[in-house]
Amino acid sequence: MSIVTVQLGQCGNQIGQEVFGALCSDIRGTHGLCSKKENESYQDSCKERFFCEEESAVPVARAVLVDMEPKVISQTLSMAARSGHWKYSSHSHFCQKQGSGNNWANGYSVHGPRHKEAIMNLVQKEAEKCDRLGGFFTIMSMAGGTGSGLGAFVTQCLRDAFPTSFILNHVVWPYGTGEVIVQNYNSVLTLSHLYHSSDALLVHENDVIHKICAQLMNIKQISFRDVNQVIAHQLGSVFQPTHTAGGGSGYSRNPLGDLMETLVPHPEFRMLGLRNIPQMPESSLPYSTFSWPGLIKHLRQMLIANAPMEEGIDWQVRPPHPSSIPSTNKPLHFNTSIANLVILRGKDVHSMDLGSFQDPSLYTSWLNPQDAFNAWKTPRAFNKYEKSAALVSNSQFLLKPLDSIVGKAWNMFASKAYLHQYTKFGIQEEDFLDCFTTLEQVISSYTNL
Amino acid sequence: AVSLPFAVGQCGNQVGCRFWDLALREHAAVNKKGIYDEALSSFFRNVDTRSGDNGPDIYKGKICSLKARALLIDMEEGVVNEILQGPLRDVFDSKQLITDVSGSGNNWAVGHKIYGCQYRENIVEKLRKTAEHCDCLQCFFIIHSMGGGTGSGLGTFVLNLLEEEFPEVYRFVTSVYPSGEDDVITSPYNSVLAMKELNEHADCVLPIENESLFEIVNKIHQMINSGKLGSTVKQNSLVTSSAGSAKTLQEKPFDAMNNIVANLLLNLTSSARFEGSLNMDLNEISMNLVPFPRLHYLVSSLTPLYTLADVNVPSRRLDQMFSDAFSRDHQLIQADPKHSLYLACALLVRGNVQVSDLRRNIERLKPSLHFVSWNQEGWKTGLCSVPPVGHSHSLLALANNTCVKPTFIELKDRFMKLYKKKAHLHHYLQIDGMEQSCFSEAVSSLSDLIEEYNELDATKGGPRIDPSRLKIAV
Repeated sequence: MSIVTVQLGQCGNQIGQEVFGALCSDIRGTHGLCSKKENESYQDSCKERFFCEEESAVPVARAVLVDMEPKVISQTLSMAARSGHWKYSSHSHFCQKQGSGNNWANGYSVHGPRHKEAIMNLVQKEAEKCDRLGGFFTIMSMAGGTGSGLGAFVTQCLRDAFPTSFILNHVVWPYGTGEVIVQNYNSVLTLSHLYHSSDALLVHENDVIHKICAQLMNIKQISFRDVNQVIAHQLGSVFQPTHTAGGGSGYSRNPLGDLMETLVPHPEFRMLGLRNIPQMPESSLPYSTFSWPGLIKHLRQMLIANAPMEEGIDWQVRPPHPSSIPSTNKPLHFNTSIANLVILRGKDVHSMDLGSFQDPSLYTSWLNPQDAFNAWKTPRAFNKYEKSAALVSNSQFLLKPLDSIVGKAWNMFASKAYLHQYTKFGIQEEDFLDCFTTLEQVISSYTNL
Repeated sequence: AVSLPFAVGQCGNQVGCRFWDLALREHAAVNKKGIYDEALSSFFRNVDTRSGDNGPDIYKGKICSLKARALLIDMEEGVVNEILQGPLRDVFDSKQLITDVSGSGNNWAVGHKIYGCQYRENIVEKLRKTAEHCDCLQCFFIIHSMGGGTGSGLGTFVLNLLEEEFPEVYRFVTSVYPSGEDDVITSPYNSVLAMKELNEHADCVLPIENESLFEIVNKIHQMINSGKLGSTVKQNSLVTSSAGSAKTLQEKPFDAMNNIVANLLLNLTSSARFEGSLNMDLNEISMNLVPFPRLHYLVSSLTPLYTLADVNVPSRRLDQMFSDAFSRDHQLIQADPKHSLYLACALLVRGNVQVSDLRRNIERLKPSLHFVSWNQEGWKTGLCSVPPVGHSHSLLALANNTCVKPTFIELKDRFMKLYKKKAHLHHYLQIDGMEQSCFSEAVSSLSDLIEEYNELDATKGGPRIDPSRLKIAV
């Protein structure tokens, strides 16, 4: 099944280009470390999912590029073409001239309706190119105006036009100390709207990725390109083909569906966090050795202690004792999960037992631990890492950052600052209140796990 | 997206002239192939002049003849004529000029009421023609001074006009405020009358004070003449230098100061014209820096003022650039933002600066700055890859900060000194449409604005009580 990617706004387009680049470079790489047959199967599966073979010499990404100003899309298209190994279709983008001005209301209420037809036509064309449509993957930031506002509108349109398809929104959360002053308003508006139309939100926080770049990748002068490449690597580690547990011998044919089924058992809980291990500069790879037990042990503790990466993990945090009363005596800082998915790639995957992730004390009481945890594996190594593991988690990972964003937005809302900028485009105070209510509900639900 | 500058009056046109000169230099430095690109189109049309000046616009391909998208308005001919005889004569055509002969006599009422009325249709017509050539008009810039008659009076008339005719296009105003020692006696009247218009009709105002420009120019002269060992300055990097010329002696007296303002406008629009990893468009500036409609006065600072000729830029020097942006002597008005209250702050960086440099400096400087309680993390940031000519990197800081208040209070005081004695009032009241109420309303508008800043200042340093969050029934 194929996935159609919709890249929205500057962030969405910049990341999208890195993602397709990473996927392409991975399948072209010679570090698969597996049998030729396995490798070919992997390549074919990836190509079916993300690329279209058309008449062109290089694979064409199954993507629609949307932005309200022209510079980023123009750059994205040319950078892709310059790689020589893949490209975007020349007819799959839509842009305007004046941008959204970091104004969610402008993106949602003005640009959305105005350009709905043109954008959905492009999406329809891409969807029709797929033999079997596996769903939509949208990439956006929630801080600005286009990715956030127009992104929320487009997601709604996708839901209306494709009621039975899966929609996964990749949402980038901005740095806590401002990239955009009204980012918290835009975030609250985006998240609450997405909650109503999307199947799940897969989140990356700039602050977290920045730490990975600084401490693990050893990058001195970190650019957005560096941040985006780490994000692309992490996304690739989730979306490249794998064998699901009961899936027989071939690669999974319904990645988005499988993801939703394993991770989103209840509509109130849609926030997914992502962790990946190991992460290091490419130059260090030849000098490093990995063991599955070591990787899994670290990944498990990253889950329990809500650590962003494999350095600086708090090993003191422990799951609650099984005999203690659930939910009232949970130790502080312990990250309770609803469902987890671990993806292993590389040498000797099948030898690794993941029982430690099935420990009932990691989870809420309402799912069977066997149902709450799933593992996907492939012996084919990813992106030159001999062994790598990814964790997609529906847990309290994002509770604190979400609470912080809502708190700051509420603080600003109480003073009525900047509201005139939104009301002039049709988003009223009552609309804000509805969004706050939705998110306080989500926060409350996750808190009471 | 196109930005359309209007230069009104003597000061406005002198600054405008420097602006076009430096804009051409900037684009020439970046655009090596001579192709008319998206960046150029935001300020220039590409006209096929082979069949004469009225040739059609060429939207792609090689540059034929660049014409500035601008309107030059002055009620005296001197300055505009000079521009048309100088090196920029081919950049403008007669359809963009509106001139008269006798000037406004330093009288706001003459500029606003008499010339406004007289030239209204002419201005609207030329405005529509200019706008027609624009693919997507995003913003108007008015460049003027507040203390005279034309820039101040006719300039604010044009501001009103723009709001009526193009309500959806943003209106940015760069206003040069008179100093205490201004030789125009009635400058306080003109300025306060103009202020009311700015309060009500501008989206964003960038106030500039001549004193600050003068101090910056002096600082640079001192630095050049100090003959410090090992510090040779790149001439074209001086924020005060004109395009192509290193002959500072031959420049006209205000040129150096006007170049600073021209550079401000270039930097302000750089991210809209050139690519970068985090674009910052003009509508974003208005969105993020104006929390309440009337509080739209932004204090600006530009760094570095010059670049030394050695190429190596250790990050320590980069960090110095950020520190300087917040120092008193880099602000373009007489103000000290560090000791007042920030409502919002924007940092637009150009050149080889990455997000980690931005973050490091924000973290470093944040503790010494006071932000309003509901906007503790009120930073808007932009990264543009293309540096200004002569620099490897530069920073423009825009602050919505209560430090503008003293400028307005002084203005009001100077106004009241004259008004109490009714000095020179008859020059204004004898103009059709002018009444005493114009004055009382104007000073009242200014007082209200000052009061809003006072109320904000009163919250500074006070206890911070976060409003309680919504409670959800479980």
